[in-house]
Amino acid sequence: MDSVNRFGPELILLAMAAVIILADIGWALAGTGAERMRRPALGALALTGTAASIIWSALLIAFDEQGEAFSGMIRVDDFALFFNFLFAGTAAIVILASIDFLRRNRFVAEYYALILASTAGMMLLASTIDLIAIFVALELTGISLYILVAFMKDGRSSEAGLKYLLLGAISSAVALYGMAYLFGITGSTSLDEIGLVVSEANGETRSALVLAMVFLIAGFGFKMAIVPFQMWVPDVYEGAPTPVTAFLSVGSKAAGFAVVMRIFLTALGDGSISSDWATVFAILAAISMSLGNITALVQGNIKRMLGYSSIAQAGTFLIGLAVVAAADPQLLLGTSAVLFFLGTYAFTNLGAFIAVIAISSKIGSDQIADYAGVAKRSPLLALGLTICLLSLTGIPPTAGFIAKVYVFNAAVQADLVWLAIVGVLNSVVAAYYYLRVVLNMYTAEPASEESIQPGYYLGLAMVVAVVGLLVIGIFPSPLLEASEAAARVFG
Amino acid sequence: MIPIENFLVLSSILFSIGIYGVLARRNAVLIIMSVELMLQAVSINFIAFAVYLYPEQFTGLIFAIFVITIAAAEVGLALGIILRIFRNKGTSNVDEVDMLKW
Repeated sequence: MDSVNRFGPELILLAMAAVIILADIGWALAGTGAERMRRPALGALALTGTAASIIWSALLIAFDEQGEAFSGMIRVDDFALFFNFLFAGTAAIVILASIDFLRRNRFVAEYYALILASTAGMMLLASTIDLIAIFVALELTGISLYILVAFMKDGRSSEAGLKYLLLGAISSAVALYGMAYLFGITGSTSLDEIGLVVSEANGETRSALVLAMVFLIAGFGFKMAIVPFQMWVPDVYEGAPTPVTAFLSVGSKAAGFAVVMRIFLTALGDGSISSDWATVFAILAAISMSLGNITALVQGNIKRMLGYSSIAQAGTFLIGLAVVAAADPQLLLGTSAVLFFLGTYAFTNLGAFIAVIAISSKIGSDQIADYAGVAKRSPLLALGLTICLLSLTGIPPTAGFIAKVYVFNAAVQADLVWLAIVGVLNSVVAAYYYLRVVLNMYTAEPASEESIQPGYYLGLAMVVAVVGLLVIGIFPSPLLEASEAAARVFG
Repeated sequence: MIPIENFLVLSSILFSIGIYGVLARRNAVLIIMSVELMLQAVSINFIAFAVYLYPEQFTGLIFAIFVITIAAAEVGLALGIILRIFRNKGTSNVDEVDMLKW
């Protein structure tokens, strides 16, 4: 029973996904009379599922019900619970933002069910400690997301879906090849046992371990969307339905970082190998930040711009991972910096994408040029988007400022001063294209005077995101403590 | 008995052919087939390691079964999306699917 209990947050999401599909069949049988209630009811069911998942995770903490489940496949600890809250919260906000978006779509039930299934997959990615389970969770997340990206059935959405699927399949094959070598060297698929064997490894197996490490970085780099595994990001972000883009940019990326931290800190955390991957991550961090920001400068489409900006942000997270290789205090500092940054980034990016959903659905365009004068047509939306963009830039009093200070501080303390300098320079570059959107919204003349009114649900989601990032920006200590507690798992 | 190196070399050759196919082929169906080659290379690796180095446990063989099963699910989905694109555009060539900048 313990196993099922600890698996609860994921289980309830999967159960709710099944309930939603069955309820939809029920509605089809009930005839057209009940049709009016179908969409709100299905949305409510999906939200109930995420809420129940959050409550279950909270109960696991309250009753101190932590430990392993399913004979060492899953470990529910502070790290896994941190991500449970992050993913369930993200899913809830995305579902809220999708309700208006799905007004004209027939397949509402499938959409919600897939969101819940991929959320469960992401939670599993953060809690699994066995390579087989990691692979299954990776594909559960991935396959659900491929369908969601291709959901709109028009040319652009299918094209984005095909690109995402092809590159996703290649990347999981590459990661699997690395896992195969890891299994061959150590004879186990459990991360703890692999870590034990790796720490006793001698010079002979080292080259094979480095090979496995490179394959794993290449495979999971796709999920994290870091350079040079970022080719899919702008196309998929542009073509996918915008709520799905928001989900991808926050959920999928955070899941990638969660599983990389699990694998690299547990299985490959030994000093002889960790300095190697830390160097790789430091270089990739610098390239991701620079390339992401410079390419974002010339983008005309706001979804593409946010896509490139998310590549740059992923580079900033990677600084935290690069810091980890040094001694113990840095391990804590680096991992907790990544976790804290992921927490703030979730609010920030969700807020930005929700504003884009609200504005673009009204003006019928994703072009930054068409955002001219939005502040006159909808002052509150423009203010919300401005706050989110300021947070992405890293300007106080928003959450993004604290997160950047935390990460750069970690880099300086680990003697990676050059990386911190690259990061700060990139923040300056980033400010240019983020503030360009803000300027355009406030100073340019609007094309029409018609006001933009987001729907009730969309407005609520926006308020949650913006209030969240301001609260974290002013009172960062609860999230800081939570991320430090989660990072201590690897201590 | 065939030494394990032969299997590892076979698998790395298969994997390389797969990567070459992914990069060189322009037809989406052929790209999917190349990905399958890469996954089969992984399965060969797992089974060779499991049989030669760790004959007392089944983990490697189980992993190979998982790889095969999930790859099947992925291919099913891929063909579905390719069909949808074919209906929209009348082609499954990834160079002609270019509404978004590639």
